Amino acid sequence: MDKIRIIEVKESIFADNNREADRIRAELKRQKTFLLNLMSSPGSGKTTLLMRTIEALKDELRIGVMEADIDSSVDAEKIAATGVRSIQLHTGGMCHLDAGMTEQGLKELGTEDLDLVVLENVGNLVCPAEFDTGAVKNAMILSVPEGHDKPLKYPLIFTVCDVLIINKIDVLPYFDFDLDKVREYAHMRNPKLKIFPVSAKTGEGMRAWTDWLRQQVGEWNREEI
Amino acid sequence: MHELGIVFHIIKTVERVGEENQLSTVSSVTIQLGEVSGVVHTELADCWKWAVKKTELLKNAELLIETIPAVTFCEGCDTTYETVRHGRICPHCGSGHTYLVQGNEINLKEIAAC
Ligand SMILES: Nc1nc2c(ncn2[C@@H]2O[C@H](COP(=O)(O)OP(=O)(O)OP(=O)(O)O)[C@@H](O)[C@H]2O)c(=O)[nH]1
Ligand SMILES: [Mg+2]
Ligand SMILES: [Zn+2]
Repeated sequence: MDKIRIIEVKESIFADNNREADRIRAELKRQKTFLLNLMSSPGSGKTTLLMRTIEALKDELRIGVMEADIDSSVDAEKIAATGVRSIQLHTGGMCHLDAGMTEQGLKELGTEDLDLVVLENVGNLVCPAEFDTGAVKNAMILSVPEGHDKPLKYPLIFTVCDVLIINKIDVLPYFDFDLDKVREYAHMRNPKLKIFPVSAKTGEGMRAWTDWLRQQVGEWNREEI
Repeated sequence: MHELGIVFHIIKTVERVGEENQLSTVSSVTIQLGEVSGVVHTELADCWKWAVKKTELLKNAELLIETIPAVTFCEGCDTTYETVRHGRICPHCGSGHTYLVQGNEINLKEIAAC
C-alpha cells in the first residue's frame, strides 16, 4: 500500500458551492436573466406575495418561477394560473437548495427568453441562508405573526439577504409586533438591508417592493456599455 | 436534514481534491466546526457513516472533528468575549451592538489519503 499523505484543504465546505453559484450568475448575466431567491418560514406568504408581484410585473417582464417546497403542487398550480412559466424543483427531501440543484432547475425551466426568474426556496430560515444559489439578489419574508425578534434568533439569513419584506401588516393591530424594533434588529445584522412592509392580501406597500424589483431587474439586464 | 446536506458537500469537495491529487483511498477527513455553526456532531457522524459507504474513494474514511471557539466583538467597548457564555449582549458594557468574529465556520481542514 502507498504511504498515507496529508493534503491540506483549509477551505469552507461551502467554497465549491460558492464557485458554482458564481458560474450561474455569470451565465445569467450573459442571458440577461435576473434570478431572485425568495426565502421565509412556512406560511409567511411567499406564494401570495409572488402572485401579486407577478400580476404587477407580468406585462413588462417575462417571468418564470421555480417552486422548491416539498409538497406544494398547490403552490405550483396557483402560480400556473397566473400564466407564467413555472416548474417544481426536486430537493430530494433536503432542507435547502444549493447551486447545483438551482442550476438543474434553471435548465429545466429554460431561461434564455426570460427577464426574471423567482426561486421560492424551501420554507425555513436556517439552511437556505448557508447556500448561495447563484441568485442575483436574495429576499426574505417575515410575517407579522412570527414576531419581531426573528433577526435576533436567525441572524445569518438577515446578513445574506438584500431585502426584507415584512408581510401581513394588515394584521398589525392584533399582534404585539413592533415595526421599529424589527428595523433596528435587522439593521444591526445588516445595515444595507432594504425593508418593505407590505400586505400581500390587501396590496398595501406592494408598490414600493415591485418598483424596487423592476429597477434591479433593469439594472442587471441592461446592455453593458 | 441539514447535516446530510453538509456531509454531501464535504464528500463532493473531497472527491474533487481526490481527483486533482490522484488519490485512491481516503483514510480520514478532518473538519473544523465553529461552536455556533449549528451543526449537531452526532447527527453529522451518523450521516457520514451512511453517506461514505456509497462512495469508492471515501468508503472507509473516518471523520475527525475539531472545534473552533465562538468569539463575539462588541462595538460598544471594542472588546471580544465568549459567545456561548454571554450571547448577544456584551458582558463588559451591556451593549447589544455586537457581531460574531469567529465560531460559525464549517471548514474542510485536511484529508489523509494515499
Ligand atoms: N392577513 C394576511 N394573510 C396573508 C397575507 N399574505 C398571505 N396570507 C395568508 O397566509 C397564508 C399562507 O400564505 P402563503 O402565500 O400560502 O404562504 P407561503 O409562504 O407560500 O406558504 P408555504 O409555501 O406553505 O410555506 C394563507 O392563508 C394566506 O392567505 C397578508 O398579507 N395578510
Ligand atoms: Mg408557498
Ligand atoms: Zn461592550
